[in-house]
Amino acid sequence: MPPSSPSAKFLDELIELLSSMRFAISLLTLLAIASVVGMVIPQNEPPNVYLNRFGQLWDPVFSALGLYSVYSTAWFIAILAFLVLSTTLCIIRQFSPLLREIRSFREHAREASLRGFALSASLAPTLPPEARCQAVTSYLSREGFRLRVNQREGSTLVAAKKGHWGHIGYFLAHGAIVLICLGGLLDGNLLLSMQIHLAGKVPTSGNQLISQIPPSAWLDTRTKGGFRGNVSIPQGQSRDFAVIASGDGILLQRLPFHIELKHFNVEYYANGMPKRYTSDVLITDKETGEKFEPTIEVNKPFKHRGIALYQSAFDDAGSVLHMTMHHFWVGDHPDSQPINAEVGGSIPLGPFSLEFTDFKPVNVESMGGQSKEDRSRNLLGSAAATTEFAKDMNSLGPSFSYRLRNSAGQTQEFINYMQPILFAGRKYLFSGTRSDPQTPFSFARIPLDEDDSASTWFAIRRIFFDPKRHGALVKSYLSSNKPNNEESAAAREGRKLFAENTLAAFTQDGWLGVTHLINTIIPEKKDNPSPEEADSREQMLEDTIILSETVLSALTQEAWKIAREAAGKSTSAMPNEMQELYIRDALAALNQTYFLPFYLQLDSFEHRQATVLQAARSPGKPLVYLGSLFLALGVFAMLYIRERRLFVLLKENEALVAVSSDRKSIDLDETFARHRDGLAAALGARPT
Amino acid sequence: MEQATPSPTFLSMPTHTNCLAKRNIGDWLFALAVIAGTGFAYHRLVHVMDGTDIAILILHALLLIAVGWLWRPFRLFSVTVAALALFSIWLYQGDLTRSIDKETLNGVVKGVFFLKYLLSSQSAISWMSAFIFMATGAYWIGLAARSSFAERTGSALTWWSAVMGTVGLCVRWHESWLLSPETAHIPISSLYEVMVFFCLVTALLYLFYENRYNTRKLGAFILPIISIAAVYMLWLAFNTTAYQIQPLTAPLRSYWMKIHVPANFIGYGGFTIAAMVGVAYLLVFGAETPSPQENRPPLGLRASLAGHLPEPRVLEDIMYKAIAIGFAFFTVATILGALWAAEAWGGYWSWDPKEVAALIVWLNYAVWLHMRLTRNLRGTTLAWWAFVGLFVSVFAFIGVNTFLGGLHSYGNVSGS
Ligand code: HEM
Repeated sequence: MPPSSPSAKFLDELIELLSSMRFAISLLTLLAIASVVGMVIPQNEPPNVYLNRFGQLWDPVFSALGLYSVYSTAWFIAILAFLVLSTTLCIIRQFSPLLREIRSFREHAREASLRGFALSASLAPTLPPEARCQAVTSYLSREGFRLRVNQREGSTLVAAKKGHWGHIGYFLAHGAIVLICLGGLLDGNLLLSMQIHLAGKVPTSGNQLISQIPPSAWLDTRTKGGFRGNVSIPQGQSRDFAVIASGDGILLQRLPFHIELKHFNVEYYANGMPKRYTSDVLITDKETGEKFEPTIEVNKPFKHRGIALYQSAFDDAGSVLHMTMHHFWVGDHPDSQPINAEVGGSIPLGPFSLEFTDFKPVNVESMGGQSKEDRSRNLLGSAAATTEFAKDMNSLGPSFSYRLRNSAGQTQEFINYMQPILFAGRKYLFSGTRSDPQTPFSFARIPLDEDDSASTWFAIRRIFFDPKRHGALVKSYLSSNKPNNEESAAAREGRKLFAENTLAAFTQDGWLGVTHLINTIIPEKKDNPSPEEADSREQMLEDTIILSETVLSALTQEAWKIAREAAGKSTSAMPNEMQELYIRDALAALNQTYFLPFYLQLDSFEHRQATVLQAARSPGKPLVYLGSLFLALGVFAMLYIRERRLFVLLKENEALVAVSSDRKSIDLDETFARHRDGLAAALGARPT
Repeated sequence: MEQATPSPTFLSMPTHTNCLAKRNIGDWLFALAVIAGTGFAYHRLVHVMDGTDIAILILHALLLIAVGWLWRPFRLFSVTVAALALFSIWLYQGDLTRSIDKETLNGVVKGVFFLKYLLSSQSAISWMSAFIFMATGAYWIGLAARSSFAERTGSALTWWSAVMGTVGLCVRWHESWLLSPETAHIPISSLYEVMVFFCLVTALLYLFYENRYNTRKLGAFILPIISIAAVYMLWLAFNTTAYQIQPLTAPLRSYWMKIHVPANFIGYGGFTIAAMVGVAYLLVFGAETPSPQENRPPLGLRASLAGHLPEPRVLEDIMYKAIAIGFAFFTVATILGALWAAEAWGGYWSWDPKEVAALIVWLNYAVWLHMRLTRNLRGTTLAWWAFVGLFVSVFAFIGVNTFLGGLHSYGNVSGS
């Protein structure tokens, strides 16, 4: 080697370092640690999430280090770049030695070095010398060795090898690392961020209409880098761009074709989980006008012009709801009127606004909860028989949700089911409400007539909550609930007053109002009531509450009669015990909904869905896939094709057997022993 | 000279190119049985299978034959599993409720005894856990009392745990069909199912090394870990609804999953075994054992263990083999996962926490393999690294699902 200059020497040392195993080990460890950081800290969340989480002190530090998007920071990319560099150098440096290793048989190995092998044995053959070489080579060929015979002075060396192709695995696996990293680089954000910097692209906040988005946020179809974005298409509409999330904002990538959603279809499991969703789309190439009509579904993407379209999710795209609004509050309007709305839209309603938030065509609920005791059963029997999926699945039909927002911006949220739902053997309309989105809905159950209509209950509701009709209601209550014996005028007046007050209190504040009323009409003995006095007051309170319940039931019954008669339904059409249950449920529902100004009943709907497709171009994918194939093959080859070299040195009175391998392992000992014995048998020898 | 530890035997390992010549009658009978079984399955199910299914059926048969030939005890194992699973399916006669007591108008109808207590999926899986616990005990007694009888018992119990686990999963698959054909899927898609799978794969891998290296001493180290997995599995069954058969979400309805998950768990199984062998290595390495001439009992627990367990050199070899098989399968699993993600989500790599966790585990063992090739990072460093690797793997598997979430399926540990 020519004497090298200091700088050349430095370069040599640098390459030596970069391609050393220790450097590789350090790099891989470093990469693992960096990944841990990216795994533990949720990536690419909105900035305030991090501020809340890490506080004023650490947030800026973490942010500067890029810990919120680790995988696209310069330092992370640098680690990967070093990995590629190191592996490449390593491959280059190993190339010719390994190639020589694969090719050579080492048939010139010297006797002294063979005797120095850890695994060597000397045999004394009894076979005549002419036949020995033949015996050895045929044995070794039978055992799958490739071999070369070297006749030399006074001896013959048979050099055999097997599994030398395993070294190819080294090139495959390590070359794969380079391929995969390069491919990944092509597909990653790196090119996108270069475009952002070089072409002056600026992500936009995304809160404006498409037509208002500035050109600086559009990427045109000429750009060929990798990207991944969402395309959301409502039924019947067409889109030709994908939305790419970039930092806090979005970029829009123009696509070289139009995608029109012809039809979107969801299949559900019996438990209401979506099983399969498919988009029938029409794709029209902008340049050639070619048309395709693929069906895109999960795990079955469609590709055109290097862009793959994947089914990723679905959404409501403004389903139209046809409803009847049953008014409860008193005023100059019809009792009920039709209204129409779209999901996502809102309707002004006096001081309120009514916002329609969601529509679900299918709801399924498991009605049977499992108790802790049941669970010990889980360890016996079949998994399927104890699966809730199998039983008590109740299809609840379509539902929709809406919010009522007052002028102060406070909201009350509702969910109504379209169809009557069977509950404890009876059918009801279900309506849930909550004011805090974190809490579960509390449900009101509106009882139904024998023809499954809720109109009687709506009428009861209106009678009950219209103070003008209270007089007539109480009157009819008094006349149908006459005591058996003669009643004094004062007693009758007392009953009337109690009924009127109870009704007023109930319609103002539900049962709470009634309890409050009773507490005020039964005076409390102010100063230290004796225990008997306190007891008797308790007793009186209890009696009065029971009385008020009876009165309210009776009033409900009266209202029920009035409503039925007005609707032309005979009161005797409902059997007595059913009547009783109906009244009970009706009163309970009145209490649950006393604050509700109206009820929205869904009559029919037009379900409109949007499909959410993911559009992706990954120019690096072929590299990555090829690399993956090499990696799998290479790793198996390296770990499972064991190189074995076997030498038999045939001399006058001796056969020297030696075995070596590039890796030490215990099975090598066994291989040696087996071949030693096999060769001994072939040569008719015993070990000396 | 009689050695303290029997030297490993590799006699049944086909190191020959002409491996057909090495087959004995048992091998051929086994192959015939597998082919017959495959033909039967084809005959019965051809109407519900598509081309890919049939290809998988054939590959599966070839794989079974290959493993049976490579590792002979596996033949009896497969045949036993097949017999028990088919018996269970026959007992069901297409009616799920035959496995439990049910109330009818004419009083309570008892479940079929064998189904209820033995061969329905949940019972079989419970038996698997029971056998694992018993095997752990047996191996410990074997180690403490130096009883080879106890060790052989441990070995037999481990075999039975693997048999019952496999039968349990096979039957569970059948049950999912009985439940509803649209729900039916191979039972490796929920946390509960993969825990069962983990237990049986690790047990089988362990038995493989037990055979190969002709030593039953390591059961005392490896079975406890499987026991912990079984306890976790039982906890899931008791406290959550994870044991229920649930339908698959749309992305999970993919062929990739059927290969991705098993490959992953062979990986985890290998790493687990390596970690525990690493523990054994750390205990034994450097312990002073009396030389045979001294003829005195060893001093101290470590020394006494060292006299009993295989030499460090053998332990190191097992550790390497286990990590090699784990790494190879984990590589394949990660690649399959990327292919699957590409089809389901439109990108082969999204830096999703679960993907990153797999990457970390993989890098960790890549480092291990390279360290083994350097001169001065071997020995105890490697054993420690393998042991710590177990925690990395456990976190990648359970921790990420529980704490970090992401795209992967068995996210919901708490159930409902
Ligand atoms: C993610 C990256 C890498 C992976 C997955 C990987 C994988 C492997 C595997 C599985 C082996 C075989 C180990 C054995 O037989 O026990 C191996 C060997 C080897 N690796 Fe890597 N490696 C990586 C990176 C590197 C780098 C960066 C270098 C170079 C500095 C390197 C240098 C080597 C060398 C020299 C061998 C020995 C080859 C032989 O003797 O056949 N590796 N590698």
